[in-house]
Amino acid sequence: MSDIYDLIIIGAGPAGITAGVYAARKKMNLLIITKDIGGQAAWSGDVENYTGYQFITGPELAEKFEEHMRKYGIKVRDNEEAKDIRREGNLVIVKTDLDTYRARAVIVASGKRSRELGVEGEKEFKNKGVTFCATCDGPLFSGKEVAVIGGGNSALDAALQMMEISPKVYIINITSELTGDPIMIEKIKGSPRVEIWNNSRVKSIYGDSFVKGMKIEKEGKEYDLKVKGIFVEIGLIPNSEFASSLERNKGGEIVVDCYNHTNVEGIFSAGDVTNVPEKQIIIACGEGSKASLAAFKYLSTHRF
Amino acid sequence: MNKKVTVYSTSTCPYCNKAKQFLKDNGVEFESIDVSVNQEKAQEMVDKSGQMGVPVLDIDNEIVVGFDKGRIKTALGL
Repeated sequence: MSDIYDLIIIGAGPAGITAGVYAARKKMNLLIITKDIGGQAAWSGDVENYTGYQFITGPELAEKFEEHMRKYGIKVRDNEEAKDIRREGNLVIVKTDLDTYRARAVIVASGKRSRELGVEGEKEFKNKGVTFCATCDGPLFSGKEVAVIGGGNSALDAALQMMEISPKVYIINITSELTGDPIMIEKIKGSPRVEIWNNSRVKSIYGDSFVKGMKIEKEGKEYDLKVKGIFVEIGLIPNSEFASSLERNKGGEIVVDCYNHTNVEGIFSAGDVTNVPEKQIIIACGEGSKASLAAFKYLSTHRF
Repeated sequence: MNKKVTVYSTSTCPYCNKAKQFLKDNGVEFESIDVSVNQEKAQEMVDKSGQMGVPVLDIDNEIVVGFDKGRIKTALGL
């Protein structure tokens, strides 16, 4: 069993890193446990609404965050995943895939991840035609027919990118209309290469070594679409499974009050994993700093 | 002994940049190929790795998919 930390932060996206910087400046005995550094910010395209940067790419902003964190010499356990967190006595116990840690306070800032379709073939063909990062892998499908699954902004983003380099882009959307920004919908509808399938859902994905196509259900009928690439952009789900000892809402988000308290004393939460409205980098940062200050107050007003 | 290292990447993928930075930090020389502008090399990457995700590292014919620090270190003998 390790030392007792003042504070353990789970996650190193915008919320976790900002919480870490604030905690380091308060000289807390601090540990960050995280699967990756930068979180979803590292996967974002262009960022034009983070005050102070009129334009910066997601990966660049994430690098700046990491640099800021490194400057304080914060102890980071990277590539490590939290598996359980619960309060025992006056401490909080964090179990990971590698070890068990104890702290007086914990901030959960584990963010969100891409939602999966949950259909036959999806796992089998991941990275073999099925991709969750159009920005990363899109160029590999240049000249090939592809499908984008989803109807929101990230799906439209992927479609806009792919219609420049693919002869045919199908958009498979489960609702009756696309729900992204009108300005993007207009552009997409203006392209002869895009075919929009509303009220449609993916039944299965098939292929041999790579994807060859997929089965679609539309209004009770089944269709077969021959595509080489499938971009899954159907939203995000919170990384909160390990935090089952905390109150979560229907969507799995951790419920916090305006001081980032969860329902369990000594455990705080911040950023996209929480029920705070609007998932934005700048909001996650603000929430991270608030959670850190709340944890500091908690530590300085309790005896351990 | 210097190993021949090739990194297949796209300019927009964060793990590609992390992988390249990791190699630089360790003083490893490598050839960087942007598969988004080179179709032939993109196919070569798919043939070598049997998949279509980036980054792919070719370290003296040992293929590493993704920024897998552990495997990269082992392959390089770091």
